[in-house]
Amino acid sequence: MTDAPTITITGTAQIDGVPLFTDLDLSLPAGGWTCLLGPSGVGKTTLLRLIAGLDTGAAFDGTITTSDAQPPPPRVAYMAQEDLLMPWASVAQNVNFGAKLRGEVLDTARVDDLLDRVGLTEHAQKKPHELSGGQRQRAALARTLMEDKSIILLDEPFSALDARTRADMQDLAYKLLTGKTVFLVTHDPAEAARLGHAIHVMSADGIQSVAPPDGPAPRGVDDINTLKAQGALMQLLRGDAHA
Amino acid sequence: MRKFIPPFIAAGFAIALWQSIIIMTDVPRFILPSPATVAETWWKSRALIAEHTLVTLIEILVGLAVGVSFGILTALSLASSQTARVLMQPILVFTQALPVFALAPILTLWLGFGLGSKVAMSVLIIYFPVTSAFFDGLMRTPQGYLDLAKTMQARPRSVLWHIRVPAALPSLASGLRLSAVYAPIGAVIGEWVGASQGLGYLMLLANGRAKTDLMFAALFTLGILSVVLFLIVKRLTERWSDRSRSLI
Repeated sequence: MTDAPTITITGTAQIDGVPLFTDLDLSLPAGGWTCLLGPSGVGKTTLLRLIAGLDTGAAFDGTITTSDAQPPPPRVAYMAQEDLLMPWASVAQNVNFGAKLRGEVLDTARVDDLLDRVGLTEHAQKKPHELSGGQRQRAALARTLMEDKSIILLDEPFSALDARTRADMQDLAYKLLTGKTVFLVTHDPAEAARLGHAIHVMSADGIQSVAPPDGPAPRGVDDINTLKAQGALMQLLRGDAHA
Repeated sequence: MRKFIPPFIAAGFAIALWQSIIIMTDVPRFILPSPATVAETWWKSRALIAEHTLVTLIEILVGLAVGVSFGILTALSLASSQTARVLMQPILVFTQALPVFALAPILTLWLGFGLGSKVAMSVLIIYFPVTSAFFDGLMRTPQGYLDLAKTMQARPRSVLWHIRVPAALPSLASGLRLSAVYAPIGAVIGEWVGASQGLGYLMLLANGRAKTDLMFAALFTLGILSVVLFLIVKRLTERWSDRSRSLI
């Protein structure tokens, strides 16, 4: 794994001539969690997919640069709201799926280690449909870690989970993704307040940076500063921050 | 066991209805034989029927093997090549607009009265449903899987074999079930046009000689053969179909 880079994305995107975002300038600091909040349809996912090198359906005019001048896509691991586990493959096979797709030698020892770290050792041979939603996302997290990439793109990966499982997953993901450049797109102000080293709110008017709460992430779910930040983010999302 | 009861009740009801029509209308047996007569003829001619059934069965199985193989290969090449799609799709659709039955005499002319023309007829009938179902499945791979594969720097061939094909197996399974139903139809049509053996030939022969009971006996044998074939294919593809339920 190469050292995690800082990623800077600047530019304008439009879909069928309709501007999605204009003169955007966003920096994802190396080795930290950047959380991007915002309502649906403002281009959060488009931004994430641009960094990942995936099709977006949008015309992007701008640049994506990194601190080490290497392009991001080969160093990206991606986790979406759906776990994207292959239903016909076992949990262990799913964790190893990247190596299989690249025709590489399968590293079963590492799979076992990662399954142990996400607490799925006893479920290794099960099919995804035999797992709960939280377990499935843990398997997806193990698959993401298996890729051993320095840039991690998370597109609302915890949003379909119940509140308690979501908080557990946030803690686990934070612990296991230490040192990587993480970009988390989320709808949830609480998630951004708990995990972000940098927090941005995206709206039709552009991107607004918000100072993260004091204290090291992952911040406690009952931490007063985190809760205050969550409230402020919520106000901002509702568009009445200055009211 | 319980699920086998309704079909037997339905069959019993149909036989009772059949028998009562005969009693009420007093129709001559060369027009409509009674269920008992058909059963009796079936038992008496069992060696003859078995002989012709075996011929038809071989035609069906060879037709299925060839038709399914061609269908799978076509779907794979269509799915992996844009050029193949542009060139072959109009041809495929056009061939489906032709009544395949009309080709039966030509096939007999070209391939003779033996196995070849019947297999060809079955293949023609099976080919499109298998191709179309599997191709459809291959083109409907969930976008998220493909995105994931792209971020994993997957090789295109791996994407086909490890994602698109397994994700399309439920669709292929429905194509195979259809083909199990269509294959016997193809074989019998082939036999009607020109044959010296097989259940279709036996039905024509019996009909021509006013042996309606034998005709019915052969017809029911064909029906049972088709149902058994369908159930076997259904059973074999069940594992694939179950997967579709766990697809996102």
